[in-house]
Amino acid sequence: MTTPAFSPTGIRFENIDKRYGGLYALRRVSLNVAPGECVVFAGRNGSGKTTLLRIAARLVRASSGQVSYVNGQGEVFEARTATGFVAHATMVYDELTAEENLVLFAKLQGFSEPAGRAETLLREVGLLERRDSLVRTFSRGMRQRMAIARALLNEPSVLLLDEPATGLDPQGITWLADSLRRLRDAGRTIVMSLHGESEISSLATRAIRLDAGSIAADTRAGANLRSILTFADA
Amino acid sequence: MTLLSNTAVLLGKELRTEFRSRELLTTTVVFILTVVVLFSFTFDPTTSESRRFGPGLLWLAFLFAASLMLQPCFLREQNNDTLSALRLSVNDPFAIFLAKLIANTVFLLLTEMLMLPVFAVLYNVHILSVIPQLALVLFLGSLGVAIPGTAFSAISAQARMRELMLPLLLLPLLTPVLIASTEATAALLDPHPELRRDWLGFLAGFDVVFLTALWLFGEYLLEE
Repeated sequence: MTTPAFSPTGIRFENIDKRYGGLYALRRVSLNVAPGECVVFAGRNGSGKTTLLRIAARLVRASSGQVSYVNGQGEVFEARTATGFVAHATMVYDELTAEENLVLFAKLQGFSEPAGRAETLLREVGLLERRDSLVRTFSRGMRQRMAIARALLNEPSVLLLDEPATGLDPQGITWLADSLRRLRDAGRTIVMSLHGESEISSLATRAIRLDAGSIAADTRAGANLRSILTFADA
Repeated sequence: MTLLSNTAVLLGKELRTEFRSRELLTTTVVFILTVVVLFSFTFDPTTSESRRFGPGLLWLAFLFAASLMLQPCFLREQNNDTLSALRLSVNDPFAIFLAKLIANTVFLLLTEMLMLPVFAVLYNVHILSVIPQLALVLFLGSLGVAIPGTAFSAISAQARMRELMLPLLLLPLLTPVLIASTEATAALLDPHPELRRDWLGFLAGFDVVFLTALWLFGEYLLEE
């Protein structure tokens, strides 16, 4: 497999329920994210943001309902090929070097030249000089760059990010915002959860507030978008 | 092909991280050495007594060591949520199990190979003439420990009181492996050594049944 060219893809959430025993983490969530949108999920802790993102990445199975990835031509894609996922945690191995990590995941994803793909991404995230350093020696900001690089390995058309700014210093947040802006401008669909307003939330073209597992508000860019983000953080 | 190539890649990662840190091997070898030495103080190791008790003590020590060794197998994938990264990257989640159980079997066999000479000296038993047969018993027994051990490591990693959960789940389930391995080893340490095909067949059957179950249901064990 060579590096795939992505096709702008949207996400369709249809009647998603997620129950843990008798407790609903998500209740009848239906939502269409258009190709190229940058959507922010806002809401208090426990409102269902992370669960919804993990269901979208197919890491968590919904109790009912389904998620599909469809491009403008109506073609349906598998989550594994369409998405890149950045979680709270870095999702890379501390005991491996930056290059070993990316080569490992590139091999698992079937790249014929995993070392070349790893080098390209390390250059993109500004870690090429530290390619031979163990990830455990990295700062939080560098680890987050590794997380982004790993998520971009398969050239995903949809990027799912769960509170990507957590623990980053102002410089790190600026780097992340610039990177996400480039990815959004290149036509990728971005769905992320955030707490409150930040440099990163300014990229959003749409904000959705979750409350107790349901969509409480959904607005496209403008003054309301700000109110959703700040209300959620109140 | 994807399953095999993914398994090979993941096995390489398992071996590289372990041989880089040597955390599991070092702690397990020290633990098992302590157990074998302590057991040797509990009775006079004349040859006849050693032949009676030795194989059982040896396999009990292997079993305790295995429960110690298997614990971090999936637990360390939780540190940075790397298990999620693996699940997102592989086509078939069975590759994750296969790589881990091969790595666990290799680590167990390495530990056993290191311990056998110590056991032979402390318990005054002669193993040189039956090394190939003993290796076969150790291989099938270790595989029998590693297959359900790897599966239960995945379950216990997501549970509360995870450190207690694995031995509680694993040790009762491994009783048949303990009995079969002990009997097969005892027959080899006898003055007239014999390779007990009935016990070997039992161990092979146990391995096949649990490997099949892991292949069929393993995916569900990895879900959150």
